[in-house]
Order: sequence, then C-alpha cells, then structure tokens
Amino acid sequence: MDIHEYQAKELLSGFGVPVPKGGVAYSAEQAVYRTTEIGGSRWVVKAQIHSGARGKAGGVRLCATDADVRQAAKDLLGKVLVTRQTGPEGLPVHRVLVEQALPIERELYVGLVLDRKHERIVVVAHPHGGMEIEEIAQREPAAILREVVEPAVGMRSFQARELAFGLGLGTQQVNEAMAAVLGAYRAFRDLDATMVEFNPLVVVEDGHVFALDVKMSFDDNAMFRRPNVAELRDYAQEDPREADAAEHGLNYVALDGDIGCIINGAGLAMATMDMIQHSGGEPANFLDIGGGASPDRVAAAFRLVLSDRNVKAILVNVFAGINRCDWVAEGVVQAIREVRVPVPLVVRLAGTNVDEGRRILQQSGLPILTAATLSEAAERVVAARNAGAAA
Amino acid sequence: MSIFVDQQTRLVVQGITGRDGSFHTRQMLGYGTKVVAGVTPGKGGQVFDGVVPVFDTMADAVAETRANTSIIYVPAAVAASAIFEAADAGIALIVCITEGIPVLDMTRVLPYLHERGARLIGPNCPGLISPSRSKVGIIPGNICRPGRIGVVSRSGTLTYEIVHQLSGAGYGQSTCVGIGGDPLIGTSFIHCLSAFQADPDTDAVVMIGEIGGTDEQLAADFIQQAMSKPVIGFIAGQTAPPGRRMGHAGAIIAGSSGTAAEKMAAFARAGIAVMKRPADVVTLLKERL
Repeated sequence: MDIHEYQAKELLSGFGVPVPKGGVAYSAEQAVYRTTEIGGSRWVVKAQIHSGARGKAGGVRLCATDADVRQAAKDLLGKVLVTRQTGPEGLPVHRVLVEQALPIERELYVGLVLDRKHERIVVVAHPHGGMEIEEIAQREPAAILREVVEPAVGMRSFQARELAFGLGLGTQQVNEAMAAVLGAYRAFRDLDATMVEFNPLVVVEDGHVFALDVKMSFDDNAMFRRPNVAELRDYAQEDPREADAAEHGLNYVALDGDIGCIINGAGLAMATMDMIQHSGGEPANFLDIGGGASPDRVAAAFRLVLSDRNVKAILVNVFAGINRCDWVAEGVVQAIREVRVPVPLVVRLAGTNVDEGRRILQQSGLPILTAATLSEAAERVVAARNAGAAA
Repeated sequence: MSIFVDQQTRLVVQGITGRDGSFHTRQMLGYGTKVVAGVTPGKGGQVFDGVVPVFDTMADAVAETRANTSIIYVPAAVAASAIFEAADAGIALIVCITEGIPVLDMTRVLPYLHERGARLIGPNCPGLISPSRSKVGIIPGNICRPGRIGVVSRSGTLTYEIVHQLSGAGYGQSTCVGIGGDPLIGTSFIHCLSAFQADPDTDAVVMIGEIGGTDEQLAADFIQQAMSKPVIGFIAGQTAPPGRRMGHAGAIIAGSSGTAAEKMAAFARAGIAVMKRPADVVTLLKERL
C-alpha cells in the first residue's frame, strides 16, 4: 500500500525525521492559508499523487506570492497528472502539499528497503540525490553505501554514523542526518513499511538537513495491526476494480485482452494466461481467487471479470488443494444464477473433490463448456471467443 | 528414499481444530501420514476424530509424542508466533501453509530458526509430499505417484498441474516440495536441489519458478556448478506486464530484472531443459532420462 508524500512526512516527523514546514490543502483558499501558517516568502506547491517524477510532469510549482500559490493550487487540483510512472491514464490530483521552499546546497539519496538476499532491512545511501536508485545502481554502483540491519538488535547508531560520514557530511549535519536515518528505520519497523525513501535528503544553506521528498510503502499483510496507517489509503489513486477485488479477498490485475480469467493460485493464474496466449488469445485480467474460495467469493470474481466490457469469453481454471472443487462449482452455479453471464464460459476443475465438483456443474443444467486439461481449456476458450466474435 | 519427509515423519498439526487444519488433517491421516499430535491453545485434552491427541502447547505435544515435524494452519496474525513456538519446542522441520504473514515477522523468524538449526518450508506454500510415504500439507495425494522425479516449486496449484502431467505419463515422484511465493521463505530452490542431488532415489528434478526476484537465476548457477542430475525448468508469467504484482508478493517484475525471459535464458545457459508450457514436461523428461 502506498500513501501520499504529505502523509509520509507527517508520520516520519513523529519519528524525529526533519521535514520542511508545510501542510496539505484541498482547495486554493486553503493553500493560501497554509502560507501564512508556514511563514517565509517562497513556497512550493506539490501535487499529491501516488507517483514519483511529479516535477518533470509539472506537478511541483515554486511560488513567490500568495497569488502564485493560489494559481498553482487551482491549476493542479482536479487535474489528472501523467508522469513517467503513472502510465498514460495518469492519476487524479485531489490534494496539494504547500511547503516552505528551501535554499538547497546538496542533494543526497537515502532509502530503506527489504532485501530478499539478506532477508533483512537494508539502508542504501548515495552522495547524489534526485535520481532514481535503479538509475544510480546502473551508473555508479561503487558509490552506493549499504548497512544491513540485524532484526534482533535493530539499527545501531554507529551504522547511521557510518552512512552520514560516508556521504561526506560535516559534523553538525552528521547528527541531523543520523536522526533522519534512525527515525526512518524506526518508522519502517514500527509501521510495517516495505520501503522508506528520502530522495533527496538535502543540506540547506544554513547547514541543516531535511527530508525534502519522501516516499513510503507498506506491507498489505500487516495493515490489520496498523489501523492508523491503513486509514491513509486513498482509493482515488487505485484502479477501482483492483480495490473492489481486494475487498473480496481476490487478487485482480486488469490487462488489455478479452478473455476473462478466474483461477486459484497466482502461479497457475500466470501459467494459464501464458497458455491462452500460446493458443492465440489475449487475457483480459489476472485474477487469483485464493485458497479456500467460498461460493460468495467466486460469484464476486464473476462480477469483477464481467465489469470489464471487453470480456468476450471466460475461463475458470481451478486445481484444488486447500480449495475444494465442489465449493468452486457451487460458486460458479450461484454466480451464473445471480449474475447474468452473457459470454461463453469454459470451466476446468481438477484436484480435491473433483468428481463432486463436476457433478454439481452437470446437474445445474447451465450452458457450461468443460475441459479436462489446461491445454484443452485454453484452446476451448480461445475457440469460444473466436466463434462469438465471428457470430 | 525421498527428501525432508518419509515414514519417520511424526507430525504435529498447529491449528488442528480450525476449518483448514481439521479438513487437511483428515486428508493427511487418510493418506497415511503419522499425525501424532495437534495443538490448539485451550483445547488440550481433546482427541481429534478419536485418533489425534490435542495439546495446549507445542512443548507438551513434543514431550508427549516425540513429534519431529510440524505443520501450521493458524491465521496470519499469529503464524510467526506458531513458527517460533515450534522451533523452541525442538521441531526440526516446520511447514507453514499460512499465507499473508507480515514480511517483517519473517525477518525475525528466519534468524531464530537458523540459530536452532530448524528448517522452515514456506510460508504461503502447499507443503510437501513423498508419495505413498508421507504427505505434510495440502498437495492432493491422488494426483501423485511414487517414483523417482523430484519436484520443487514456488507455486501451489501450478505444482499440482505439473505433477498431474508427470503421474499421467507414468513418472512418479520421490518428493514434491512447494517452497512458497513470498519474498522471504525458509527453504530456497537451492536447498531443495541440493537435497535432491544427494537423494539416491531421485533421478531428475522438475523446477517450477515464476517472475520476480533472482532466486531462479541463483538456482541456475547452483545447478551448473553442483548438479549432475538432469533438471527440467518452467517459469510462469511469460506474458505478465512489467511493474504489476501478479498475486504472489514475490511476483513482480522490477525494471529489467525478474522477467520470465531472463530466467528462462539463465536456465538455458545452465543446461536446464526449459518448458514453454506445463504439458512439455513429459517430452523433456523423456529426452533427458
């Protein structure tokens, strides 16, 4: 789960990370009011969307007067901002962050990630901020500083000090940079983050250190124990169908094709999509109904897949282990009775209680095409789609 | 022979009275697995289905029954705690079926297990089965046949798909292991490959990977350096778009790394026979054996 920059700054500030003075605004009037709270004579108005690269897309405006701030907020609020990371559809701007503009002397990079190889949180730092870490890793891999955190003892202050000195900071700045890094670590650990990034962390003219732009992502699996973070979720920044899927315990990703897929298990779902392509079709979606899928969940899956108007045929492929074919079959039957399925449907069942599942489908008297193997199912659904397109 | 589980496996089920725990305990008992104990706090003293004694704690269950393997079906919020408890009770092999465990819990679990020399399979995995010897987990027993092919996979249901193909063509399995689709897991491809290489009753290995991360590439290096037995490989997600997470937390293509094409190329360089589709497994095995 991602949150907005202003939310991440509020959270991190509570962990002692130095951030610029600022506040969120939902209207141009509120944005102007923020400048009086912040003081000073130069401000930045930043579009709040779940994407980086906002500056290059015109989502960050430097302002010297209240009128500038009002205009910037007016321009951004209600717009759809397309950045290099959002895809062509862009993301809607419903909030802006108004902040004091800082006289920047140096830009640094600091990021905390969960590293699969070390099986630990790793802090990564680089003396040049502003670029994306993937870009840094390609251009100057040798200049990347790393500290691996032992989970039993947590990040130690010497590790933050090594990073700060390694970045070439002076004595006064070392303490402030350490506070930023240690604060980020504690926030990562205490809030179940999967990523905290300062890009850039800046040194300003008077020598103080600030996290100028920050990004935080969180572990969806841990949100049950982090209600204060979970409530920051902004559904306007997500594909509504993917959000709806998550509500039902389904995992849905919209794609460009026209064959709807309802499958149990992520690996089998990917392999089934591959098989549809090998058979000459294009999948409309990835959809994993998970283990122990109840009839209600299967019905929800049908509604979700059919909400994509491009869908011209549907393939249900379930190989049941923790799942049970009879539950899936009941779900399919219930779904077809509740939700009208106006396209050809191919169902392939295998595994636990498969005979019971097939019997339920047969006795339903519904127009369901069946298949015994994955290859057959893929070929049959592509043929059904083509027959429908021809007719 | 087989790897990790066999007739010596004495299993304790953590969460035996829950919906999934009770259903799959019956399946395992029916398969012939020696389920010697169950644990559900507060239900100690009960007897599950008249055959499996239930205990309040893992320590009691192990002391009373000499269980050496545990399987976990408890909810995600308490699953890490169940793993700690199993390791503390002296269990050598812990299989965690539960999906959705917070990943920071796993950063604490893994070093704890390492210090105690316990092996974890999973989490978010289907468990493992040594056909006709022992089934620990949820892999449907009726699709497996005893034999000499080892199977290791990051996926659950895709494993069943491929095992089903193998059994149908007369290729039985020594052991099938599902290692799980999470970013942090207890047992890697390499651990399993190395165990299959050492197992005198495994002739060849089928390895089923997917997009995301670099585990398959590392496994390819290991195969090239340390394995003499033939390996057949598959990667799911050949048509997945980059940047989108495909269900498994581990299955996301970041930038240019973790794509199916890259992994299949690493397999080919290491001399692994690469399947384009699950149905190819039988043809490739015939060529290599």
